[in-house]
Amino acid sequence: MSNITNQSLSEILESIKSKKISSLELTQAYIKNIENAKKLNAFVTTTFDQALENAKKFDNKPNNEQLLSGIPLAVKDLFCTENVKTTAGSNILNNFIPSYESTVTKNLWNNGAFLLGKLNCDEFAMGSSNETSFFGNVINPIGDHLVPGGSSGGSSSALAADLTPATIGTDTGGSIRQPASFTGTVGLKPTYGLCSRWGIVAFASSLDQAGPMTKTVNDCSIMLEAMSGFDDKDSTSINKKKESYSKNLKDNIKGLKIGIPKEYRVDNMPKEIDELWEKGKKILKDLGAQLIDISLPHTKYALPTYYIVAPAEASSNLARYDGVRYGYRSQKGKDLIEMYENTRSEGFGDEVKRRILIGTYVLSSGYYDAYYLKAQKVRQLIKKDFDDSFTKVDAILTPSTPSSAFKIGEKTNDPVSMYLNDIFTVPVNLAGLPALSLPAGLDKQGYPLGLQLIGKALDEQKILNIGYAFEKNCGYKNEIKKWWS
Amino acid sequence: MSKEKFDYFINGEKGKYEVVIGLEVHAQVLSNSKLFSGSSTKFGADPNKQVSLIDSAFPGMLPVINEECVKQAVRTGLGLNAKINNYSVFDRKNYFYADLPQGYQISQYKNPIVGEGKVLLDMPYGSKEIGIERLHLEQDAGKSIHDMDPSSTYVDLNRSGIALMEIVSKPHLRSPDEVNAYIKKLRTIMRYLGTCDGNMQEGSLRADVNVSVRKVGDKNFGTRCEIKNVNSIKFMQMAIEYEANRQVELLEDGKEIDQETRLFDTKKNETRSMRSKEDAHDYRYFPDPDLLPLKLEQKLIDDLKKSLPELPDNKKERFIQEYGLNSYEANVLVSEKEISDYYEEVAKLSDKKLAATWMMGDLFAMLNDKGLNISNSPISAKNFAELVQSIKSGEISGRIAKEVFEIMVESGDNPKKIIESKGMKQQSNPKELEKMINEILSKNKDKVDQYKAGKEKLFGFFVGQVMKLSGGKANPQLTNEILKKLLKG
Repeated sequence: MSNITNQSLSEILESIKSKKISSLELTQAYIKNIENAKKLNAFVTTTFDQALENAKKFDNKPNNEQLLSGIPLAVKDLFCTENVKTTAGSNILNNFIPSYESTVTKNLWNNGAFLLGKLNCDEFAMGSSNETSFFGNVINPIGDHLVPGGSSGGSSSALAADLTPATIGTDTGGSIRQPASFTGTVGLKPTYGLCSRWGIVAFASSLDQAGPMTKTVNDCSIMLEAMSGFDDKDSTSINKKKESYSKNLKDNIKGLKIGIPKEYRVDNMPKEIDELWEKGKKILKDLGAQLIDISLPHTKYALPTYYIVAPAEASSNLARYDGVRYGYRSQKGKDLIEMYENTRSEGFGDEVKRRILIGTYVLSSGYYDAYYLKAQKVRQLIKKDFDDSFTKVDAILTPSTPSSAFKIGEKTNDPVSMYLNDIFTVPVNLAGLPALSLPAGLDKQGYPLGLQLIGKALDEQKILNIGYAFEKNCGYKNEIKKWWS
Repeated sequence: MSKEKFDYFINGEKGKYEVVIGLEVHAQVLSNSKLFSGSSTKFGADPNKQVSLIDSAFPGMLPVINEECVKQAVRTGLGLNAKINNYSVFDRKNYFYADLPQGYQISQYKNPIVGEGKVLLDMPYGSKEIGIERLHLEQDAGKSIHDMDPSSTYVDLNRSGIALMEIVSKPHLRSPDEVNAYIKKLRTIMRYLGTCDGNMQEGSLRADVNVSVRKVGDKNFGTRCEIKNVNSIKFMQMAIEYEANRQVELLEDGKEIDQETRLFDTKKNETRSMRSKEDAHDYRYFPDPDLLPLKLEQKLIDDLKKSLPELPDNKKERFIQEYGLNSYEANVLVSEKEISDYYEEVAKLSDKKLAATWMMGDLFAMLNDKGLNISNSPISAKNFAELVQSIKSGEISGRIAKEVFEIMVESGDNPKKIIESKGMKQQSNPKELEKMINEILSKNKDKVDQYKAGKEKLFGFFVGQVMKLSGGKANPQLTNEILKKLLKG
């Protein structure tokens, strides 16, 4: 019973349904873990009382027909939660308590789960290391000197440290997959439009997508099923029938064609990443899949394109944080303009300001055509590369990141090298496709590394199946010593 | 009918100048809810009572297009004989202001929902076509209230997010009168369509006015100034007068006109500079990533076209053909849909021409006096038709009709009943009249003799006596005939 929290979500669900453990006991076990793990700084807010209340309520009247019966979950602090502070990792929202619940979290609660707390993240999800959060950096349970990745770093850290049985993050340029890769966990960025964006603090609207972060592929399919679905409050939500990802999960991938894009072998990529990729190819081949060399010629333009489109949208999305209606307001300034300036200067951190400046610049008259418009055109070409490839293959296999988790502070003064961390993940966001990051091995320091499976739009089931088969044959196991407690 | 000649020029020492005007009209869409949220659009609610989380731009809120507003824009476009674009895009126009919660206004920039169209104006010098450049949908901002507190500005977001149609004309207008006619015509068309109530007092219709001047005969346009947010036709006309003369003065002095945005000060009756071209906002327009491009199926457009009501231009033609009205009468009677409906109901039951005359005369004067409009007229169309018919049939005279009309206004009663109960029916029985006239003549033998001796002026006296005796009810035509006959004898 003491080690219930290091089990997978699906195992825990079994225990709940078979009454081996009550929801209250489960919740208490996580609360204990969280209280012992303050060093990780994974949580911005905890909602223990509310969680215990909900657990008791469940135990009194258990409904075991739900996907997430009696499960406490911590979520990224980018999801608005009714009556629970939602900060987006920013000073400018440090006192913001929404009166509404995001669609995605509401879907989780409607499936039997309840809130355990809100997880730290990079400020407005802008970052790859969780070092831009106003609430301090998060530590990777893999090692006390390592970043957990970002922007969903609180999520990856909490998941790997057994502080939540599963979690959700958001992925604008890799913010689910990169932290998953850095912590040896599973992360899925779904097809753009599969999960509603309503009630998620916006970073870059055409790229943002919520997704599950879990210990296993099966868990990932359960969480995806619970959180996804059409929402008429989001105009970009896809109206389609809900799929039963976990029920349809199967490990037979014989005959599937897996594309290997040559452009993902980048200069100066550590040898271990290359070896990991080779290992992944071999596993899939041994399972009966067919490897096919493909080309995604515009890959090299993805990063610059992303760093034009995302800041452009962000500069506009973040204009609403002016101190007038909610959130932080500076007490300094003699008129409206000064109040705006002081509020935003004091409310936003450096990385957010940097992106607002970049975004404002690329949309300015005289620069719009050269930057924003061109980036939109390149984005179409990147999308077309994928469309062309998917006429030949079922899925694409790449590394998730060009390195394992880096040291805290290592890249904070070099934004470009930080941005380079997203090199394998951003093309997927630009094309709106689903991609799954799977733990696949360790580097020579013993830090986890991930491989990425990219699917066709709305082909989540297929990449989950491939991931499921891969997971069974990869033999990866996260062995984390609980050094923090 | 002799047509007047167009005559709005400004005479300077160095030549005669023509004024070139283009309007950007902001018309509030008639819809129950806002363009991208479910909040009510009703005018006059307490401040900030019609504000959703979307209108106040809370984190994570997303816009969802209100289909009714889209249909209203398409209807308006069709009413302006304009091209409806099957593909249009919503863009963000970025700027900071306290009454703009999102920090951007959702508008349409490069791809508006409606393209080129035209509006026909009836001017004293003939009809004139004004080109429409485009119509696009956009959100209204909130309202800053500066006079509630000496040190603070208050913001009311009830208006924030309400749908506006911006209707941009080509620079085809040439005088304040044409601007007046143009605005009124737009208003009439939209009121017929039910797409905008055109209420300028409530701000449902306001305009930015672009003014430039050039010497008559010049092919190129002069540098224009934009006068922002003028909310009455009168102020538009005053602003144009002032601005055109200001520009001519500058040119006459050999100075240049700066392209700039100006404000009209209604108290001082002058425009003044708000910001120059150099200080113009860089709005950083880009397609709103929260909204997909708006794709309209041709069937929707066709269906809306089929369901359009008869529009003023067509109705005017029909009134001329069907009811034998002249152009002026037809124009007045189609100026408001409610007026035309009232007229048609009256014309169905009575003499068409006489109905028009009486409506445009006594009825309109009374409504005007009482500050009423046709929809709340104290006289129903059916009663009004009966009154017209009573005049036409000779049952009452025009003079009596005016009395009956007064009583109808006060009581709301049916004219037959009034005529009946007050005994106001015209005396048209020749025998009765003859009897009455004989009585008068026998009482006034001296006057009869004087008349016969050549004092023909006395005829009026006898008519007066008949009217007096009959209480004004004697049929005047018949009275004349009988009097003449009896005085001869």
